[in-house]
Order: sequence, then C-alpha cells, then structure tokens
Amino acid sequence: MDFANYDPAGASRSREIISAKIVIAGGFGVGKTTLVGAISEITPLTTEALMTAAGVGIDDPSKVPGKETTTVAMDFGRITMAQDLILYLFGTPGQTRFWFMWDEIIRGAVGAAVLVDTRRISDAFAPLDYFENRNLPYVVALNRFDGAPVYDLEEVRESLSISPDVPLVMCDARQRESVKQVLVTVVEHAMLRLQAEHDRGYPASVG
Amino acid sequence: MEPRRDPRGALVRPYAVTRGRTEPLQNIALEAVLSCTPTQSAEARFAGHDKYRIALVCEGRAQSLAEIAAYTRMPLGVTRVLVADLVAEGLLTLHTAAPATGFQERMNLLGRVLSGLREL
Repeated sequence: MDFANYDPAGASRSREIISAKIVIAGGFGVGKTTLVGAISEITPLTTEALMTAAGVGIDDPSKVPGKETTTVAMDFGRITMAQDLILYLFGTPGQTRFWFMWDEIIRGAVGAAVLVDTRRISDAFAPLDYFENRNLPYVVALNRFDGAPVYDLEEVRESLSISPDVPLVMCDARQRESVKQVLVTVVEHAMLRLQAEHDRGYPASVG
Repeated sequence: MEPRRDPRGALVRPYAVTRGRTEPLQNIALEAVLSCTPTQSAEARFAGHDKYRIALVCEGRAQSLAEIAAYTRMPLGVTRVLVADLVAEGLLTLHTAAPATGFQERMNLLGRVLSGLREL
C-alpha cells in the first residue's frame, strides 16, 4: 500500500486544542482531591508513576533489579471550557519525599493553590518552601474543616511567613463556588504577575 | 495519595509492553491533549494491543496524557513511551499544551481560562 498521500481523516486539519493546568498542592490529607472533585467534570482520576522505594530521580525500576517498586499517585480533574480549551487540575502527591514528581507536575502550569489545614498548619511549611523557590505564581487557600480552629487570615499569614504579595484566601474544598473562587484567584494572580514581569521588561519563565 | 506497593509489580514488568524502552521519542506533558480519528484508530488496531487501547480512549474525545494513563491503568512512564510512538506513527494527533513563551499569547490564554472559570 502507498501511504504517501494518506491523510488520516483530516487529522492534520483538525482544530488545535489547547490545555492549561492549575496545580493543587498541600500536605497529606489536606483536601486536595476533595477540592478537585468539587469542580471537575469527571470524577477525579489517578495517574500512577512507578519508582523504586529508594527512588529519587529514578522512575524506571527495571534498571535497578531487586529494588522494590513504589507507586506514586497523583489525582487530577478536568474542566472542558470550550471545544478547543481544556483546564486540568493536578493534585500533588502528599509525601514530601516525592518532590521530584512536583517538578514535573508544575512544569508549564498557569499557577498553583497551596491548600492549608488550620488544624495542622505546620504541614504547610514544606509545600510553601517549595513554591517560594519556584517561579510559579501561587496563592494560599485555608481549607475550613468543620470544628477546626478559626484564625484570622493575617494571623495565618504571619505564622506561615507568607509574603505580602501572595494572595491568601479562605475556602471550603467541598463547595464548588468556593473552589471556583480559589481558582479565579490563582488565574488573576498569574495575570498580575505576568503583567508586572512584562512591565519590568523581562520575560517570565514557567516552572 | 498514599504511595503503595504495586500489586502487579511481581507479575508483569512495567516496561515489558514497550519492549524495555523507557525513553519516549518526545517528552509529552502530563496535560498535553491527544486525539484520534476513526480512521486513525482503525489503523491503530494493527499497532498492538496496548497502542490500540490508547487510540480507543482518544477516539471521539480528546484526552490528556494523564487521562490516557488513568483510563488504560498503565503507569505514566509506560504510557508516555507508547503515546509518543503513536504520534510518530501518525496514529494519534498531539495538540499543544499551554504556550510557554510570548507575553500576549500567555495573557490571552489566562484571560480565556479566567472567563471560562467565571462562567462555571
């Protein structure tokens, strides 16, 4: 058969679909998957990456015979905004020993929301440190758990040493409207940062 | 979220379906979208079982690399190798992820995402 003129049903002519990604970060059990599920059009899915139990930077256990395989799972959701625009929400793995997976997850992202549980504020230190050292716009969202201590936002900002230019909002990860507001804050913050960097005259790099 | 031992680990070596290859022909982002026409998926039938399953997942509805891995229950690294092969073979169409350069392009995209969120 001659495939020289083979055009698979206009595949080359099909409309380009653009995808964007927002990262939902935070410690283990802070409500990342709940937040994604509250707004995603699909039940949050799980993608698994394999690596050796020792495995920082190694995601191919077959190269290290005899090492045990660990699965790192990340949950994500999808919002189809238009025929040619899809927004994905990616949750980060909760364990801090999987930082290298975070690097892949944040690459090319619009921005991130770091979710904080007010009952375990110190769990937020590591994720916040991570984002302070990356060039990705992020906001901090306090997830209101039932019966959790209620803090003043500025108290939390101080105790977590969150820089004044990082937006800090309250949210309820179970409530669609509340989650929507968090995501709107992320995108608005990303636009402001992009504009500011443009005005200062150097291009922003992502990730 | 809790990491766990892969119960399949001892049964099938994860990279067996790629014949041991671990490097994809091109690095595809987690959120990069792929689509497949009926003609492409008909052709993918001859590309092997796992590749055909991937084509079927993308037929009629564009899916990201992450979704393909989740629906086929294959590890991400394995899925990326197979998807990159399918793209190289012309059996899947790879769409662009968010533009990383160009102030105006990025601003336009952010603006579209913002209004998309507000309309939810």
